Amino acid sequence: METLLEILSELHPDVDFAKEEQLVERGILGSFDVVMLVTRIEEEFDVVIPARLITPETFRSAATLYETIEQLAEED
Amino acid sequence: MLFSSWGFALLIAVLLPVYYLVPKKLQQGVLLLANLVFYAFAGWFALLLLVLTALSAYAFARGIGRVWDRQKETLALHRDDWEKAQKKAWREQMEKRRRVLLVLCLVLHFGILFGMKYGAGAIGLVNSVFGTAWDGTRILLTMGASFYTFSTMGYVIDVHRGKYPAEKNPLRVLLFTSFFPILVQGPISRFDTLGETLFLPHAFERENLEAGLVRVLWGYAKKLLVADRLLVAVKQLLKFPDTYNGAFAFLGMLLYAATLYADFTGGIDITIGIGRMLGIRIDENFIRPYFSKSIAEYWRRWHITLGAWFKEYLYYPVSVSKPLRRLTKAARRFGDGFARRLPVYLATFAVWAVTGMWHGNSWNFLVWGLANGVILLVSEELSPLYERFHRRFWRIGKTWGYRAFTVIRTVLLLSCLRMFDCYATVPETLRAFGSMFTVWNLPMLWNGGIASLGLSGGDYLVAAIGILAMFAVSMRQRSGALLPRFLNRPLWVRLGVYGVLLVSILVFGYYGFGFDAGQFIYNRF
Amino acid sequence: MKKIWKTIGIWLLAVVLLIGTLFLAGRLVMPKYQSVSIEGSLTEEYYRETLPHDVLFIGDCEVFSNVSPIALFNEYGITPYIRGSAQQLVWQSYYLLEDALKTDAPKVVVFNVLALKYGEPQSEAYNRMTIDGMRFGAAKLGAIRASMTEGEDPVSYLFPLLRFHARWNELSEEDVRCLFFKQPVSHAGYLMRTEVRPVTQTPKPAPLLDPHLPSSSMEWLEKLYRLCEEHGITLVLMKSPSIVPHWYDEWDADVTAFANEHGIAYWNTLSENDAIGIDYALDTCDMGQHLNLSGAEKLSHWLGRELKALMELPDRRTDPAYESVWAEKTERYEKEKAAKTAAGN
Repeated sequence: METLLEILSELHPDVDFAKEEQLVERGILGSFDVVMLVTRIEEEFDVVIPARLITPETFRSAATLYETIEQLAEED
Repeated sequence: MLFSSWGFALLIAVLLPVYYLVPKKLQQGVLLLANLVFYAFAGWFALLLLVLTALSAYAFARGIGRVWDRQKETLALHRDDWEKAQKKAWREQMEKRRRVLLVLCLVLHFGILFGMKYGAGAIGLVNSVFGTAWDGTRILLTMGASFYTFSTMGYVIDVHRGKYPAEKNPLRVLLFTSFFPILVQGPISRFDTLGETLFLPHAFERENLEAGLVRVLWGYAKKLLVADRLLVAVKQLLKFPDTYNGAFAFLGMLLYAATLYADFTGGIDITIGIGRMLGIRIDENFIRPYFSKSIAEYWRRWHITLGAWFKEYLYYPVSVSKPLRRLTKAARRFGDGFARRLPVYLATFAVWAVTGMWHGNSWNFLVWGLANGVILLVSEELSPLYERFHRRFWRIGKTWGYRAFTVIRTVLLLSCLRMFDCYATVPETLRAFGSMFTVWNLPMLWNGGIASLGLSGGDYLVAAIGILAMFAVSMRQRSGALLPRFLNRPLWVRLGVYGVLLVSILVFGYYGFGFDAGQFIYNRF
Repeated sequence: MKKIWKTIGIWLLAVVLLIGTLFLAGRLVMPKYQSVSIEGSLTEEYYRETLPHDVLFIGDCEVFSNVSPIALFNEYGITPYIRGSAQQLVWQSYYLLEDALKTDAPKVVVFNVLALKYGEPQSEAYNRMTIDGMRFGAAKLGAIRASMTEGEDPVSYLFPLLRFHARWNELSEEDVRCLFFKQPVSHAGYLMRTEVRPVTQTPKPAPLLDPHLPSSSMEWLEKLYRLCEEHGITLVLMKSPSIVPHWYDEWDADVTAFANEHGIAYWNTLSENDAIGIDYALDTCDMGQHLNLSGAEKLSHWLGRELKALMELPDRRTDPAYESVWAEKTERYEKEKAAKTAAGN
C-alpha cells in the first residue's frame, strides 16, 4: 500500500491519496494518469491490470486500486 | 428518414398512442416494428445489413457467453480437486477461445464498416493505378452504420470481458441495435445502460411525455433556427476559401463552431426527447462542451459516448496490450521517464488516428485527429508547470476573468482544429488558417462582406437570438438540470414556452422551399 | 373542482391563442399578388362572384390575357368568367372546373388547349399560384395530388405557413394592408394590358421531338369531357391567337381528332384570323405571346358570335338580377381602360 501511495503522489504531489475517494469522478486521475499508473504498477508489483478492470470502480481510491492489485496477484 | 421530415413526424404520431395502448407484453414488439419501418427508408440493403449485424453480434456474444459458462461450471466442479496451476491453465485456455471468437467478430464487423467507408476510395485508387474501370461509387456507408456497429461491438466486448452475461433473446439484441432514435446520429449506446429501460414495459406518464416533448422542441429549435440557417453562410465561406480569407476565415471558424454545436446537440436533444417520450433513458452525449477549460475536458464533454467508447475499448486495451508492454520494458534502457510515457503516447496517437478516421475519410481528418492528440499530450506534459503557476498565484486561478479566459482559449483552440474538417484539403486548411494572421480585411466584413454570404440581416438576428438562448440555458444548467425545475413551473408558463418555441420554429425555421420572389415573377412565357 | 376548471381554461386559452397566431402568421406571410405577379390572385378572385355564369373559360395565360368577359357581356349579353391562371395545367383546369361546378352552372365551357403540351407537373411556383387560392375541398386535394413536383409535400398546401414562412423577412406594408381584404385585379378573370409591343420577327419553331401531345394530358382532357357531359355542359376546345409559343400542326391534328371523336367543337383561331382580324403590329403586348386589350376585344367580338351560333344563350343585359352587378363591372373596366390608355401604355 505504501508503494502504491508513493507511485500515486509521483503523479500528483499535491493530492492526499490516502483520503481521496473520488479520484476519477473529481477528475484527479485522467486517462493519461491511468495508463502511467498501470505501467508503474507493473514495474513495482509485477501485476498487469487488464483492460476489463480499468474502470472508475477500480481507480476510485488508493484502497480500491490496492484491492484489485492484491486480487490479481492472488489469481496468478 | 430524417428528423425533419413529415414521415418522421407521422411515425412518432402513430407510434406513441399505439405504444402506450397495446398490452405491455407487445410494447417492445411495437417498438421493434417502428425501428424496422424507420430504417426501411434507408433502403432494403441497409435494413438487411442492420438485421444481420444484430443477429451476428447476438450469435458471437452467445458463443462467448457459452465459453464463460463452461469455464465457470468446470471450475466449480473441480473446485477442490484441481491444483491452482491447473485452474489457471483452464482459465487461460477458455480465455483463448473467447478471444478467437471476439477477434473474428470484430474483424468481420469493423471490416464491413471499413469497407463501406473506404471501399469507394480504395477502388478509385486501384483504378487510377492500374487503369481499371471498376465502379466503386455504389459502395456507400449506410445510414447509422458507424453508430450501430460501435454500439453492438461494445456489447460483444462487454460480454467477452464478463461484464454481464450474453443476452439470450435475439430480438432484444435486434431491438438494441435498431433502436431508431439513436440511429441517425448516435449516441453510441451501451447494452447494459440502455437496456435498463429499453427492455422494460412502460406505463404512460404525463411527465415523460411533457419532458420529452419540450426537449424535442428545443432540439428542433436549435437545428432549424440556428444550425441550418448558419450552414448557408458557412457553405458559402468554404466554397471560395481564397476569396473569403483573413477575417472571413475567422468568422467562418466561429460560425462553424456555432453550427456544429446547434446541429449536433439539437439532434441529440431530439433523440433523447423521443426516448423520454417512450419512457426510455438514452445517455447524454454533451455536457455544455463549450464551457470546457481544456481540450481534455472538452473531449470528456463533447460527443461523450464516442470518447468513452474509444477510451474503454481502444485506448486502455492498447496501452496495456502485450506488445506495448514489451516495448515499454525494452525502452527502459533510455530512461524510466521515456519508457513510462511510451504507452501513453502510442495509445493516444492510435486513438486519435482512429477518431480522425471515424469522422471522415480524407487526410484532413487524420491530421485533425493527430493534432488533437498532440495538444492533449503537450498540455499533459505542461500540467506540472500549470500546477506550479496556480500554487504561486492561486488568487488569479479563482477569478471569474481567468476562468472565462481558459474557456475562450479552449473554444478558439478547438475551433482552429476543426478547420481541418471544414476545408477540402490540408493545404487549403493551412492557407485559410495562415490568412487569419496575415490578411487584414476586417473592415470588409461590414462593408458588404457579411451580407454576401446568403443570409439577410433578419437571418443573422434570428441566429444570434438562438445562440443567446442556448448560452442562457447552458448558464442556468450549471446549477443543476434545468428540466425538472422547468416542469415544476405553473401550467401557463410551460404552455407559453411550448407555444413560443413551436411558433418560432414554424415561422423562423430554416426549412422547406426558400421563398424566392424572383421565382414567382411570371416571365410571361 | 375550481382547480380543474382553471386548468381547462388555461388549456383552452392556449389552444385558441396558438391556432389564432398560426392562422394570422399564415395569412401574413402568404404572397398577396397585388402588385407583383398579380395573376396569382386569379384563382381566389372567382369566389367573389355572386351570380352564376353561362360560359366558363378555363386554361392558362391564353385565356386570362386574351378574352374580355366585359366585352362579351356588353355586346352579346353573355355572362362569362375566366378560370385561368399562369401555366395552368390540364389537370388543374379540370379540378378548377370541378370546384367551380359546386356553386356555378355554366352552359358552355371553353377550354384553351395550349397547356395540353405539358404532361408532367412543371413548376412549384406556378402550382402555388394556381392552387393556393382554391377553397378547401376534394377538388383542391385532387389538384394538389396531381400537380406536385419533386420535393413538394401536400401538407404545405394545406398549411401555407409551412411554405411561405421564410417571407417573414421581406414582409411589406401590402402584406399587412391586404391581410383580410384584397383589391380585385381582374375583370371576371381577365387581366387588362394595353401596351403595344408588335411582332418584329417570327422565330423558327424548334423541331418537334414527339409528334403527339403527351398521352397523360389527353387522358385529362378525356376526364374533362366526361365531367362536362355529366353536368350537361357543352365543352368547346379553343386555341387562342398567338405567334409564340408555336402551335404545331401535329398537336392540332391530335386535338382535331379528339374533337371529332367526341363530336365537340374545336375553334382554332389561328386559321380564323381573317374573320377575327388580329393585327400583330397592334394587338399584342409582348411580341406575339399574348394579346393586349384591343386584341382581346377583337377576339371577344368573334367569340361572342361563335358562342351565339353554337347554342341559345340568354341575353342577361335585360335581366334585372344581373344589371347592377355587371354595370359595376363595366364601370371598373372602363375606368381602368381609360386610366391605362391615358398613361400611354
